[in-house]
Amino acid sequence: MDKTQNNKAWFLVLPVLVIVAFSAVIPLMTVVNYSVNDTFGENEFFWNGLGWFEDMIASDRMHSALGRQVLFSAIILAIEVPLGIFIALNMPKKGFWASFCLVLMALPLLIPFNVVGTIWQIFGRVDIGLLGHGLASLGVDYNYTSDALDAWITIIVMDVWHWTSLVALLCYAGLQSIPQAYYQAARIDQASRWSVFRFIELPKMSGVLLIAVLLRFMDSFMIYTEPFVVTGGGPGNSTTFLSIDLVKMAVGQFDLGPAAAFSIMYFLVILLVSWVFYTVMTTLDNAETK
Amino acid sequence: MAQITLKNLAHSYLPNPKGEADFALKEMDHVWQDGGAYALLGSSGCGKTTLLNIISGIVRPSHGRVLFGDRDVTDQETAARNIAQVFQFPVVYDTMTVRENLAFPLRNRGMDAAYIAARVGHIAQMIGMEDRLNRKARGLTADAKQKISLGRGMVREDVNAILFDEPLTVIDPHMKWELRTQLKQLHRQLGHTMIYVTHDQTEALTFADKVVVMYDGRVVQMGTPEELFETPAHTFVGYFIGSPGMNLLEATVTGNRAHLHGCEVALGASYAPPSGRSQIGIRPEYCSLTSGAGLPVTLRRVEDVGRHRIIRAELFGQAFNLIAPEGMAIDADMTRVVFAPDKINVFADDWRVAAQGAV
Repeated sequence: MDKTQNNKAWFLVLPVLVIVAFSAVIPLMTVVNYSVNDTFGENEFFWNGLGWFEDMIASDRMHSALGRQVLFSAIILAIEVPLGIFIALNMPKKGFWASFCLVLMALPLLIPFNVVGTIWQIFGRVDIGLLGHGLASLGVDYNYTSDALDAWITIIVMDVWHWTSLVALLCYAGLQSIPQAYYQAARIDQASRWSVFRFIELPKMSGVLLIAVLLRFMDSFMIYTEPFVVTGGGPGNSTTFLSIDLVKMAVGQFDLGPAAAFSIMYFLVILLVSWVFYTVMTTLDNAETK
Repeated sequence: MAQITLKNLAHSYLPNPKGEADFALKEMDHVWQDGGAYALLGSSGCGKTTLLNIISGIVRPSHGRVLFGDRDVTDQETAARNIAQVFQFPVVYDTMTVRENLAFPLRNRGMDAAYIAARVGHIAQMIGMEDRLNRKARGLTADAKQKISLGRGMVREDVNAILFDEPLTVIDPHMKWELRTQLKQLHRQLGHTMIYVTHDQTEALTFADKVVVMYDGRVVQMGTPEELFETPAHTFVGYFIGSPGMNLLEATVTGNRAHLHGCEVALGASYAPPSGRSQIGIRPEYCSLTSGAGLPVTLRRVEDVGRHRIIRAELFGQAFNLIAPEGMAIDADMTRVVFAPDKINVFADDWRVAAQGAV
């Protein structure tokens, strides 16, 4: 069938392009501008080429922040994805308790990021926090302001508390869409519980799981507010993730050139990793069809 | 394989059923022969899926017992009953290959590999999918998937029964024919008891040796296609089976005569005066138009369906259908209709009345 090509349709997209240009592209260009120039204010710029990029790539400070960031995202994904699936599998399927659980699960998602940070900052305090004081009275030597491991555990537990619901709710939606006949057929085939999960539930959830993994990766890789409120990046630099370091560099030290070069690379890394995730997971999907 | 006995079986979805209306299945007592091909036929909501789910063990009946052979299985789970079921929509394990799909029920029961391979090969040949055994089930067409479901249902040799819940709903019409023929063939080869739920009379009549017609939670008749056609036990069977269905006319029956609107119709046999509302039923196939004596009809429309013509008419102000053979001329003066006397059935309160001196 011959379809007529009508390129006039492009004009209909123009308004969106203009809006996106003002809201995203032009501000981004100022960042690009900072990243290739040096400036001392007064709107005076000195060409620096790719100098800031070279500096940043070689910088130890960036390497360790990146390392911490990758470790953090890996731990978050390793905990939240299986836990979310597990919770979704065990949630009631219908009736009052199903609605109740849905509301309960959605609650953490509705709390603003800095409030989550504040809640856990107080919750974990050894002097007045329920968790911190409780642990201290049990004789556990816990203090997130002075011990790097405690700080990490606190931030990870906080993120799990805040975001596992998202994975669980997505998986729950995926599970709800499986027709009852599949479970009945599996029972007739005498499939074990593990087989039901492996051959019915997991394949039917793979679409939403891809979205869940992507969202959780991007969000955890860009995490800023909660650790900033709880630990402020400390003790030392132990919880200084990429975005916290970036803000320190740009706003604290006013090193606009390096910060700009760094944020562009940060953006590219997220884009690249998300693309890799997406491509790998969809090709795995397609390979199975063959 | 086993004979299936339904003993005083009834089911209500309500916890405390009061009257008969609360029951999705009214009390029934039936024996389904071992190795028979049965079709459960009825309009939507008549309880046929409930009955099937009770036999398969997905639903536990609120009253009565289900027996497989001599074994009471009422309280047994689906898996313990050793039955196979094919659902309305294809249920396949997407991430498995066709081969793994077919082997799955056997593998779960710990059969040895050589036996599984032989069995899978055999079934694949039956459903005509040998060339696609190594393909993933995902991405196959709906009818190929449904064939896999059928195959998975038949791969176990020792099943007590295979149940089909409207399995051809999603299949294209030309494939329906093929699959139905295959099913019939498989039934002959394997000899399993098969129960096939459908609301399509063509499917039921071509597949089954015995058709079980359900209406309003009750089995109204269990019989061969011929019995359903010639001697419907209930007016519902009369008009549900056949295309168009049986003509039902209010009449008073005395002896071997029926009276309606001042006219008299001869019956093939004598009847005791029926109690309650009495009707006579005649298939359109056994009515003929004539210019001589008969009941006065007004013709409305003639539909040519190829092999014969359906005449839509009006008799005493009520819609009435006749079937005229191909090539028969219909003249303007043919305003009367006559019935073949021995093909007339008499119903009292919707149930068929047997003639005196006959069964």
